[in-house]
Amino acid sequence: MDTCIEKIRTICADLLAKGEVQKVIGFAEGSIPMASRPIAVTAKADVEKLVFNSFCGLNLANYVADGLPKEGKIAVLAKGCDSRNLVTHMVENQVSRDQLYIIGIPCTGMVDKRKIAALFEDDITDFSEAGDTLTIVSPQKKETVSKKEMLRHNCRMCTHRNPVVFDVMAAEPVEEQTLDQPFADVDRIAAMDPDERWAHFQELTKNCIRCYACRNACPLCYCPTCFVDESAPQWVGKGQDKTDINTFHFLRAFHCAGRCTDCGACVEACPMGINVRDFTRKLNKDALELFGWEAGMDMEKRPPLDVYSPDDPDDFIK
Amino acid sequence: MNFITIDKKDWAGGIDKSRKTFQVFGPVQDENGCQIKPLAPDLYPLMDAGVTTVMSPKSVLFPQTEKMLTATLDASHEDHHVMKPVEKADTPRAVLGIRPYDARAIQLVKLNFDNPDYQDPYWCGACAATTFVGLGVNRPGPCDFSTSTGCGPFSEEGLDVLLADLDDRYLAKILTQKGETWAAACGFDTKADAAESQALFDILKKEAEKNITASVDTDRLSEKSLLDLHEAPFWEDVAFSCINCGTCTYVCPTCWCFDIQDETKHKTATRFRNWDTCMSPLFTHHASGHNPRESKVQRVRQRFMHKLKYFVDKYDQGIMCVGCGRCVASCPVNIDIREVCKTMNNYEKE
Amino acid sequence: MENPYVPYPVRIDDIEVATEDKSLKTFTFVFLNPGDEEKFAYKAGQFAELSIPGVGEIPIGIASSPVEKGFVKFTVFRTGVVTSHLHNMKKGDIMGIRGPLGNWYPWEDLENKNVVIIGGGFAFTTLRSSIVYMLDPANRSKFKNIDVIYGARSPGMLLYREELFDWEKRDDINMHITVDGTDDPDWKYHTGFVPQVVEQNAPAADADTFAIVCGPPIMIKFTQPALTKLGFQEDQIIMSLENRMKCGIGMCGRCNIGKELVCKDGPVFTLEQINRTPKEY
Repeated sequence: MDTCIEKIRTICADLLAKGEVQKVIGFAEGSIPMASRPIAVTAKADVEKLVFNSFCGLNLANYVADGLPKEGKIAVLAKGCDSRNLVTHMVENQVSRDQLYIIGIPCTGMVDKRKIAALFEDDITDFSEAGDTLTIVSPQKKETVSKKEMLRHNCRMCTHRNPVVFDVMAAEPVEEQTLDQPFADVDRIAAMDPDERWAHFQELTKNCIRCYACRNACPLCYCPTCFVDESAPQWVGKGQDKTDINTFHFLRAFHCAGRCTDCGACVEACPMGINVRDFTRKLNKDALELFGWEAGMDMEKRPPLDVYSPDDPDDFIK
Repeated sequence: MNFITIDKKDWAGGIDKSRKTFQVFGPVQDENGCQIKPLAPDLYPLMDAGVTTVMSPKSVLFPQTEKMLTATLDASHEDHHVMKPVEKADTPRAVLGIRPYDARAIQLVKLNFDNPDYQDPYWCGACAATTFVGLGVNRPGPCDFSTSTGCGPFSEEGLDVLLADLDDRYLAKILTQKGETWAAACGFDTKADAAESQALFDILKKEAEKNITASVDTDRLSEKSLLDLHEAPFWEDVAFSCINCGTCTYVCPTCWCFDIQDETKHKTATRFRNWDTCMSPLFTHHASGHNPRESKVQRVRQRFMHKLKYFVDKYDQGIMCVGCGRCVASCPVNIDIREVCKTMNNYEKE
Repeated sequence: MENPYVPYPVRIDDIEVATEDKSLKTFTFVFLNPGDEEKFAYKAGQFAELSIPGVGEIPIGIASSPVEKGFVKFTVFRTGVVTSHLHNMKKGDIMGIRGPLGNWYPWEDLENKNVVIIGGGFAFTTLRSSIVYMLDPANRSKFKNIDVIYGARSPGMLLYREELFDWEKRDDINMHITVDGTDDPDWKYHTGFVPQVVEQNAPAADADTFAIVCGPPIMIKFTQPALTKLGFQEDQIIMSLENRMKCGIGMCGRCNIGKELVCKDGPVFTLEQINRTPKEY
């Protein structure tokens, strides 16, 4: 991938020097292999800290709503999925278009760190990439793999790699992929009988520690008080009762229904690597099939669960 | 000190024997990483010190959700609305393959739950019932900085037995009476020469410590002014990426904060405690709406100030961290306590 | 091993609406087990966790005084889940009390000293406990002058009104009762905010005078400079802090201000101690 980091740094240095934006939200190098760290750069000299590589898997739209100055703009780096979340933020009145300077980055996907770590029996000490080739080193061995083989699942299923809204693009657009079976994973679960499906979800969340990293990494979860934190009335228990764990995950997925861009930040953030997308993907599929809807593609339209249209497929409302 | 040789061929059999008297816990690999789990009769611990568990063994003494008291709300009962402690079995348990830094962590946590003023009967009961069988870490990983925190890959503090992995066998150093009892319950009784064994441990310890690549300086933390560190300008930068989840606090072996919740089902009221995190906005939220740590920066600062300053000043036992590196490995946004510690240790007020 | 999480069972013996807007009620509790009252022996300034099974616990300052036997009293403001539930309970209902918790006003250091008590709103609870303690015949001679400045928004919002007026008539205590405002033509005490009344009526400080201050953050913010003007040093100003609490015994870790735990190292601190902590309360 053209990590286009030089172009990104030039754009940012320019924006900051001219005072066009007060800060740039991007990624910085992490302190351990395969890590990156969201960062806010305010001084032109600090743009050297910005990086962009194949493990910038978090969604920077998550940092936008809280980081707005009273006046003026902020710049934010946005991959395809991030840009769609910015659209959703704008449609939902969390930020207005004129508060943002969006640096669009066409993205060929982020790698699955756990899949890479599983190639080794010991800890990885170094990681480098050149185009599609990833070179990973540990005390025991060195591996060279193709990035395509190591992509995160949501990146393999991605049909919006190019940003849908931007003020400037940091690189040439990349080719969008077409998928034969965009929801094979959802179909597999849907084909299970209820008992199997229940068991699948119990197994999925067996190691959940209610850290809420998934919720907090998600740009959609910006409620001042999340439903799990309400006390009057208390909707969800705070303990490790399976019912409460299930309630959190299922209900959060429903709150994201029709809004989720499958950016994968939730799975990336989870310290247990739980594929919580099993909860949200079904709803993404439903939004597409029932409402012809994909989140964050249209600045003029509100998500389907927000609006009523006389063409809604369901009859009961008539 | 007693030393015992355990042929690895006899390991599983010994564990099975011990199941008569001990509930056995240990690391088990699953799809989400390596977890500390209670070991069912056909399950054995993963004895590979090179694999760090995602969570620490603190849950053996301090479960994430733990019932404390119950009461019946049924007015026809004589004792209605009177809360009584939940009976704890406190059956003997053994945690196998614990890392030495996790054993030290338990000693640090003990300062909180077992002090002259109050003793937490749930934690203390569990601790008294638990035997810690440690495994020396021959190849410390890149996030292991335990030698900077007062322990190390072969530290003995808090352990009842320390095992050294010698490929085809374990060399066990029995450190306490509890350790003796455990070894006897397993039927491990092949004595090893004390002098030779200790010499071997010393060599392994030196080798392991040489392999530690990560370190932090903590020598100047106690002399720094608490208020100066608190008001320092670097906290905004440190805190920016934080998403205020509970990952760091939950994976951390020395974090002990908890919440107390009541739940009612039909006519039974239960009071239980859950792990809680100072990263949560609710942690210090008053009923009036006032919140002393309303902003993210305040909460992130609290975590590091507690671990690296308040605890240092209060207990004079070093920092509230054992260098396990779990928070570094698991933090979704890569906030690194080693970097923060360095910043704090080097801070000079302008 | 004693279990510090187990509350003493108590019965609600009396409920009084304490303020005209009904937002505060004073509860009188009686211990179900006769021996528990002795175990609960407390000092003025301490608090307890009021425990309602299945609902939760709340940390509330003890309003009754150690010299009052046979019961304990708490005045509770209705503001959240547990306090709302408590406000809906009835005489005869059973619940629990855990304590006494926290430290207390420094009674030994206050002997042979002048004491100025300053309270605002419904923070007056532990101050009532203190005044009743000091005025008790067994204790009065231990203290020199006692001055009290207590204010609320309006006459109907003053706590323990009847007692206040009784104390006002005594000559071994100087009462300065004030309200922010009132349209009662018969109001015979002060009108004005507490900090003003402190400035105008509190005695000047000397080496033998201490001030105990308890009130909402805004009142404390403006009272402090008034006391400084009167010559009070930081170690002569004693305050009682609040913070969100759960265990009350210094274990759950949430009430800390720096390295002080408000439930265990406090809630009573001198201003000097507070100034050495981060402003996170």
